[in-house]
Amino acid sequence: MRDVAVIGVGCTKFGEHWERSFRDLFVEAGALALEDAQLSGEKIDAMYVGNMSAGRFIEQEHIGALIADYAGMASRHIPSTRVEAACASGGLAFRQAVIAVASGMEDIVVAAGVEKMTDVEPGATTDALTGAADREWEGFVGATFPGLYAMIATDYMHKYHMTREQLAQVAVKNHFNGARNPIAQYQQEITLETVMKSTMVAEPLRLFDCSPITDGAAAVIVAPLDRAREFTDTPIKVLATAQASDTIALHDRRDISTLDATIAASEHAFRMSKLSHKDIDMVEVHDCFSIAEICAIEDLGFCRKGTAGKFTADGETALGGTIPVNTSGGLKACGHPVGATGIKQVFEIVQQLRGEAGKRQVENAKIGMTHNVGGTGATVAVHILGRV
Amino acid sequence: MVGIITYGVYIPRYRIKVEEIARVWGANAAEISGGLGVFEKSVPDMDEDAATIAVEAARNALLRRKVDPGEIGAVYVGSESHPYAVKPTACTVGEAIGATPNMTAADYEFACKAGTAAIQTCMGLVASHMITYGLAIGSDVSQGAPGDALEYTAAAGGAAYVIGNDDPIATLNHTASFTTDTPDFWRREGQNYPRHGGRFTGEPGYFKHVKGASNLLLAQTKKTPKDYTYAVFHQPNAKFPQKVAKDLGFTAEQIKPGLVVPYLGNTYSGASPVGLAATLDIAKPGDTIFVCSFGSGAGSDAFDITVTDAIKDKINRDAAPSVEKLLKNPIYVDYARYAKHKGKLVMQV
Repeated sequence: MRDVAVIGVGCTKFGEHWERSFRDLFVEAGALALEDAQLSGEKIDAMYVGNMSAGRFIEQEHIGALIADYAGMASRHIPSTRVEAACASGGLAFRQAVIAVASGMEDIVVAAGVEKMTDVEPGATTDALTGAADREWEGFVGATFPGLYAMIATDYMHKYHMTREQLAQVAVKNHFNGARNPIAQYQQEITLETVMKSTMVAEPLRLFDCSPITDGAAAVIVAPLDRAREFTDTPIKVLATAQASDTIALHDRRDISTLDATIAASEHAFRMSKLSHKDIDMVEVHDCFSIAEICAIEDLGFCRKGTAGKFTADGETALGGTIPVNTSGGLKACGHPVGATGIKQVFEIVQQLRGEAGKRQVENAKIGMTHNVGGTGATVAVHILGRV
Repeated sequence: MVGIITYGVYIPRYRIKVEEIARVWGANAAEISGGLGVFEKSVPDMDEDAATIAVEAARNALLRRKVDPGEIGAVYVGSESHPYAVKPTACTVGEAIGATPNMTAADYEFACKAGTAAIQTCMGLVASHMITYGLAIGSDVSQGAPGDALEYTAAAGGAAYVIGNDDPIATLNHTASFTTDTPDFWRREGQNYPRHGGRFTGEPGYFKHVKGASNLLLAQTKKTPKDYTYAVFHQPNAKFPQKVAKDLGFTAEQIKPGLVVPYLGNTYSGASPVGLAATLDIAKPGDTIFVCSFGSGAGSDAFDITVTDAIKDKINRDAAPSVEKLLKNPIYVDYARYAKHKGKLVMQV
């Protein structure tokens, strides 16, 4: 297998883009990535796009061809493929692009992610997202994603005695980081009280425990490491790509507050990269709900099971802590355009590794990790990236 | 100069508190009131509708100043709850005040801004000497589906303005409009309640259009917010007008007299006209008033108004109830009675 590097990244601002379409968003992200890699479209060999539910959100399927067409690639007839794994679609699209280059089949490949979620009313958005769970056993009987993660939170708090305040610190920390990220949907800091007094969504989760509905797109370009310096002075090497799956229904899991797919994917990624936790300078984890970040940092192995609440409240995951988590603001503050999130995580880690993360820069960052989850943990993608 | 000859308001006496609506739907009343800045809303009686409210408001206008109804050459009623899909409310109003038959009339619909569109039409007809007086009304028994966010604010009320050239109490110096095809809120033929795009009604709807018309008017008149004594903005809740006023550079003091939504609710087509009326209730000669309405769909009409000496000696403001008085001494109803008044109960025929 060939070594693979990221040679260019681009991301739209995340938020409610009322006046912009699905097409506008991915074209902007793609153009930014090409500009970053100082690359012209003629050099692109293939494209992968992560998208969860354009069929439900904008009544458009056949996204692979659509983005190739609107990226100006129709006359070049390059292969363009949509990848869908609910909220992990972006992470899997990145992995497919990495595999395509590593295998030697393609050289210059775009991995993009896009979601336009505000064209339908919020109820329809919630229902479309429920498709990431088990429709027959969960969705049809009334479970929504806030409901499923509320069950995880209840189980977790019962077992490990994490306090409600400790859980809220995840959102406080992520908003602090989001306030330092120019692409974030929410760029204001919040207090513990903001979270504790916000509307109850599904007990114990309140509004500020939940990631928002977001429009956005992100794109990264990968190439063989030995060609990377043709395009950039700061190539970022892909040190590991891992993916794992689990039961689609939450109730079929061995333990509902442990994501076994996260454990499997991270163990694979660490083996592949021959790295250990102390080598990781920062990690972007999938905090679709505050409890998801708590589970993620434990299941990735950054702290012992049952201790992530205290770990977070003690500031270990904040900027300047032992392992900064979600320097982008995470899904909570940066926003969560589902198909784009996995690519945005790579975008953030690349910015950190290049030293371009501004006020949220992790000092001397050399190696970073991304963790992207589909559903309640039925699909997980983990990547490790490093400076060359 | 074309201006307001007289004005009148009508608000039904019944109210329902936000807490009572929240109780029925299991919602958090404090959170809703805190978020919207609305605490209660007016409720029509069983036999009140947009037409009866328009008639009451028109009669109150004529009580304040003697205007020969025969000289009213046009009646326009703006509402999104006209009692008939086909049969004009404006004819009922014209007949009720004795303005028929030598007049033109039509019903207007432009979500919440049909009342100010009616004022603009009358301004044009008066300025071109096609009519002596025009009667422009915004009146609604606002619709909001049970359990929908709109139900906490959708209220009943209206205001009527006689527009003319003859000693106006306030001159309508200039008007500017800003209109686009923006589907933020709609009700199709045959549907009982409007639907809306949730948060889409805010920034791309209300704020874009109110700011668009307001900035256009300020640019055309070469004025700044500081040049006005008062300002009135469309008020679907208290939060939106307060935010847009601040964003545009108006102060909380300027919008205070016209901000009636906290204890009235959103009277849709009546909202900006009632806010203007509440401001005229306390205005003195020389005061300047900035008004900007908003109607979903979407558009805004902005007005530059100057109060004249005529407000002291050509009109008896006390001859009809002020907005403040109309808001006093309400009769509170529970949700069951509210449902009965609003026709939400299906009764035996």
